[in-house]
This record gives sequence, C-alpha cells and structure tokens, in this order.
Amino acid sequence: MRKFWLSSLALVAGLLVAGPVMAQMSINGAGATFPQPVYGKWAYKYNEAKGVKVNYQGIGSGGGIAQIKAKTVDFGGTDEPQKPDFLQEHGIYQFPTVVGGEVAIFNLKGIHAGQIVLDGPTLAKIFMGEIAKWNDPALKKLNPKVNLPDKDITVVHRSDGSGTTFIFTSYLADVSPEFKSKVGVGKEVKWPGKNSVGAKGNPGVAGQVQNIDGAIGYVEYAYAAQNKIPYADLINKAGKVVKPSLESFGTAAASADWKNAPQGYGIDIINEPGEHSWPIVGATYIMIYKDQPDAAKAKAVLDFFAWAFKDGGGIAKELYYVVLPESVVKMVEADWAKEITSGGKPVWK
Amino acid sequence: MKQPVSERVFEDAFTSTPEPVFPTSKAKPAGGDVYFRWLTAACALVLPLIMIAIGLALAYYSIPALRKFGLSFFFTENWDPVTQQFGAVSSIYGTLMSTLLAMLLAVPLSLAIALFLVELAPPRLSRVVGTMIELLAAIPSIIYGMWGMFIFAPLMARYVQPWLKAFLGWIPGFGLLFQGPPMGLGMLTAGIILGFMVLPFTCAITRDVFQMVPPVVKESAFGLGATTWEVTTKVTIPYGLVGIIGAFFLGLGRALGETMAVTFVIGNSHNVNFGLFYPGNSIASCMANEFAEATELLYVSSLICLGLVLFVITYGVQVVSQMMLKRMYKAWSVGL
Repeated sequence: MRKFWLSSLALVAGLLVAGPVMAQMSINGAGATFPQPVYGKWAYKYNEAKGVKVNYQGIGSGGGIAQIKAKTVDFGGTDEPQKPDFLQEHGIYQFPTVVGGEVAIFNLKGIHAGQIVLDGPTLAKIFMGEIAKWNDPALKKLNPKVNLPDKDITVVHRSDGSGTTFIFTSYLADVSPEFKSKVGVGKEVKWPGKNSVGAKGNPGVAGQVQNIDGAIGYVEYAYAAQNKIPYADLINKAGKVVKPSLESFGTAAASADWKNAPQGYGIDIINEPGEHSWPIVGATYIMIYKDQPDAAKAKAVLDFFAWAFKDGGGIAKELYYVVLPESVVKMVEADWAKEITSGGKPVWK
Repeated sequence: MKQPVSERVFEDAFTSTPEPVFPTSKAKPAGGDVYFRWLTAACALVLPLIMIAIGLALAYYSIPALRKFGLSFFFTENWDPVTQQFGAVSSIYGTLMSTLLAMLLAVPLSLAIALFLVELAPPRLSRVVGTMIELLAAIPSIIYGMWGMFIFAPLMARYVQPWLKAFLGWIPGFGLLFQGPPMGLGMLTAGIILGFMVLPFTCAITRDVFQMVPPVVKESAFGLGATTWEVTTKVTIPYGLVGIIGAFFLGLGRALGETMAVTFVIGNSHNVNFGLFYPGNSIASCMANEFAEATELLYVSSLICLGLVLFVITYGVQVVSQMMLKRMYKAWSVGL
C-alpha cells in the first residue's frame, strides 16, 4: 500500500514538472489520410527543430472539412480541392502541399512489375468491366511480347470514400468520355463492372489484388513500392511509355498550369504534357481561415508549412511524396502575405 | 439468475428457510434512503434517454434524404454518390442476408457444441473447450475481418466455392444461390465469418443454460429409463428453451450490427444479387466505408438514414424477441 502511495506521489510530481514543458505552442489540424504519414513525420522533425508541436489527425477529408467549418482545428486537410465558391463563402484559403502518384497494380502469375503496358482508354474499359479477360485483343495489342493468359479480370476498387479514388477516376474520366458520362468523378463512385469488388483502404486493395489471381486495382505509388506489388507502366499524353517514379510525378507537377489555377489551386495534375510525366498524379491540400483570431497561432501554422516546403522535401521523398515545385511555393507564400490576416493586419511577412 | 428455478419441480430442494433479505422491524426510511432511491432512478434513466436521443438524432439528420427520395429510398437499388442518387435496398438486403446465413450456421452448431460440452464430454475436456469458446468471444472483430480476408477468403475461392458450384450449382432454383465469380469474397463468406463471430456468444450462453437445468430433473428422466437423446430432446432443450432463444437473439443483434469484419469480406458493392458468391454490402459496412469522406449534405443524410434503418431493425428484433420470450414463458411456465 505504502509503495502505491509513493509511486502515485512520484507520478503527480512528474506531471507537475512536465506541465510547463507541455504548455509549448501547439497547432492542430485534421483531415485527409493520404498525406498523414508525411505530415506526421514533418511534425515530428519540426518539433525537434523548432519546439512547436503540430498535431495532425487523419480522419478523412470529409472530417477535415467538417472540423474546419466548426473551427475546432487550426487547419484542415483535404484531397479533393474545394471549389472557389465554397472557399469564398467560408473565407477559407486553400493551398496544395505535396503531390503523389497512383499506379495500377495487378496479379498475374509469372508477370512482373513493368512488364505490362496500359493506356488510359484501355484502363478505363477494364475498370468499367468492358474488358473482362486478360487476353483481350486490346491488351494483346499493347503487350505484343507478353504471353497474356486466358483469365478473367477482377477489378478491385476502394470501398471507402477516398482521395485516391477521386484522383484515379479523374484520370479515367479525362482519357475516356464514356467513363466520364457513365461513372463520373468522385471520392466514391458506382463501379459498373459485375467483376468488381471493393476493399477498404490501400492495404485492403493491395491485399485483395494479391489474393485474387487475375486481379487489377489502384493504389498510391508508395503502397505498391513499399510492398513490392507489380504495377503496370502507362502510356502518357505525349504517347510515351513511362514508369511511375518520384521524378515522373515531379515532372507532371511542374508541367501543370498552376499560374492560371482557380482560387484554391484546385487544378488536376492528370495527364500532363511532357515526355516523362506520369499521367495519374494528384495533390493534397490544406485549408485555413483567411481571418485569423490569433496572430501568433496563425503565423505558427504558416511557419510550419514554410519550413516543410523548404526543408521537408527529403522526408517527403522517403515516403514517396513530392513537395510542390518551387515556383508554386513562391506563389503560395506570396498569397499568404496578402490573404491571411488577423485583426486586419497580415500575419505572414 | 439467482431465482430458484421453478419451485414446482423440486420443492424439497429448499427445505431450509432462506434468510430474510429485508429487515423485519419496520424502520422509517432515513433521509439517505430517499436520496439513494432518486440517485439510482436518475442513473437508470440515462440509458433510455441515450437511446431516445440517438433515435431522434438519426431521424432528424435523415430528413434531407427522406425529403428528396421519399419512400423510394427504401425500394431502389441505385447508390451513386457522383449523381447523388441513393437507394438503400442493397444494404438492407445484405444486412438481412448475411445475418440469416450467420444464424443458419450458428444455431445448429452452438446447440450441438453446448450439448456435447454439458451432456457428453468428459468434464476436463468440457472445461478446456468451454474456456476456449469464451476466449474466442473476446477476439476483436477486426481480427476476424483480417483473418477472413487473408486466410479464409482464398480458401473459399480455391476450394469451397468451385466445389459448391460444381455439386450444388446445377440444382434448379436452389443452385442459383451458388452463382457468381468464385473470388472468395462476397455474401457467403461474410455470412460464414459472421457465423463464426456469433458462435462463441450463442454457444457460451446455451451451455450455461443447459448447465442450469437441475440435475434432479435430468436424473429423474434417466431413472424412468430415458436415453441420452430422449433426455436431451424432451427435458434439457425444452427446459432451457427460453434461455436458448434469448441467446440466439443476442447473437442476431450482434450479427446485424457487425461492421469491421463484414466490411473486409463482403466485397462492398451496391448491388443486389441472389447468388451468394457475388459481392454485396451491409448497412454497417456501407456506413463504415463511406462516412469519413462524405461531404455533401444529401450523401451524409442518406448514410444516416441507413443508420436509422439499422436502428429500427435491431430495435424491432429486440421487441419481437422480448414478446416471444414472454409468450413462451407463459405457455410453458417452466425453465429459466
């Protein structure tokens, strides 16, 4: 009993000592899960370097938007850029942070990563269930040297609403008018194929594809690369066969027309020109209020992202993301100086 | 459960007068007693209040969806977030179908297991198996989901589904159940996994119920020359029937609302298919999948309306089970 009292006293004393340390500046964000690994790692390093604590909860883009509307967080994250009228209505400023690519993964015995080439229209037909066999003439034509088996294709898609699906369907709709009118673009769509199954999250899709012989699915590149899952090369807008890599994502991001982007930088980085551009690339976004109640806190948020743009590229690369091209960072930071204010005064100089 | 079981059957088991629980002298209730009564009453009110609050909130947030789609929400299959068209049929069908399959598996199995453990197994084996069943009940549902997806579904795809298709698929009518792509995921797999999840609960309670059948009763039956089979079917099961049915309804409630494990194996497609190999979805899995990224008001409202449907179904099941129990209790006036 005595021991118990002693140890609880020690605990209380410890908490009292730790108290002042915990009272450091901390900023809170919530939203999209896609950038959560990189935000988390940035926050950890930033805390080590600057002593400011950044909490980011990956609760989904819908949650991020709800939380920022309720003003319970300092910034919100979303994979699907919000439209200018939404931003205008709520007085929110939105900017992109990192860019990532997506790949089509498959499971065919004896065929490895990079041995299969697909183009946009074919991929769209596969995901609509119109091409249902691996030895379909369209696939044979694209892969004359590969011995494609007479096997049914099983399409694996995300069952949970996700930015990954949004980016992937954006690509398919861009390359196939039929997909655009029949299925459309969204974080959750109605997949028409009878041969399609939904699985939860990137791990679910990857697991399902690896389970089912003849399956094809889509995941973020990081997921395929880390787990060594075979993925297909794609033919891009320039008509060249490209492999997914951080370089080809970066090229695509740099080729996008950021200058003429609408308010909130809501452009897609789908099917960009350039011989080395990977066609399925998307950005993830941060939302903050333009009129900030607490200038010090607002500056801390912007400081964090400025640090991330400047020093966080290496961390992002380790996790298979690409930070924004420098020209875009300059544009975003110039916006901050103009748009983000507290009590009428600009927060960022 | 402390209630002496049906005094009619063995009155002489209680020859010693039980100790009086209440003080015999009539003392005036002290101030503390009154407060205590109100305190406990307030605590008891919390649960019904929470239930009413949840029900009202679900109903309130379903209004936009119900206003837009009306009753057709419950009768259409189309679920398309892009065009903002929502119909609940596939989710309702999936919930009911997967639960039905689960109960078809769990009811006979748990009866058989419980009877074996109580009546036939040597006591030591019975203890070991009994403990294992209780441990099974403590496994979180996500584990069942992962196991179902990574281990069980491939087995289904490789062996069970092709076999079912070959041996039962040709039967006219009945064979239609075994159609669909044999990829391991789908309604049948979800039903079986659910059955496994429900089993420990129903089995543990059924076993307890059987154990509570007074030995005197069974021994008298044996004394009259009844066989084990006769004692089981004519004494043990009727005696514990109310408790057994209660156990199954508890399992049913769990199966209806199970989320994570179903999400992993049901295939998550908003289609109604009679074939059990086709992917489907359930109310709970649909909500778990889509709630986080649903931003449009109508979408969120439709999801909440699905929740309301599940709420009503579970509530209905509970009410029906209570009514059934009461009626049976009256009809037989025996058992627990």
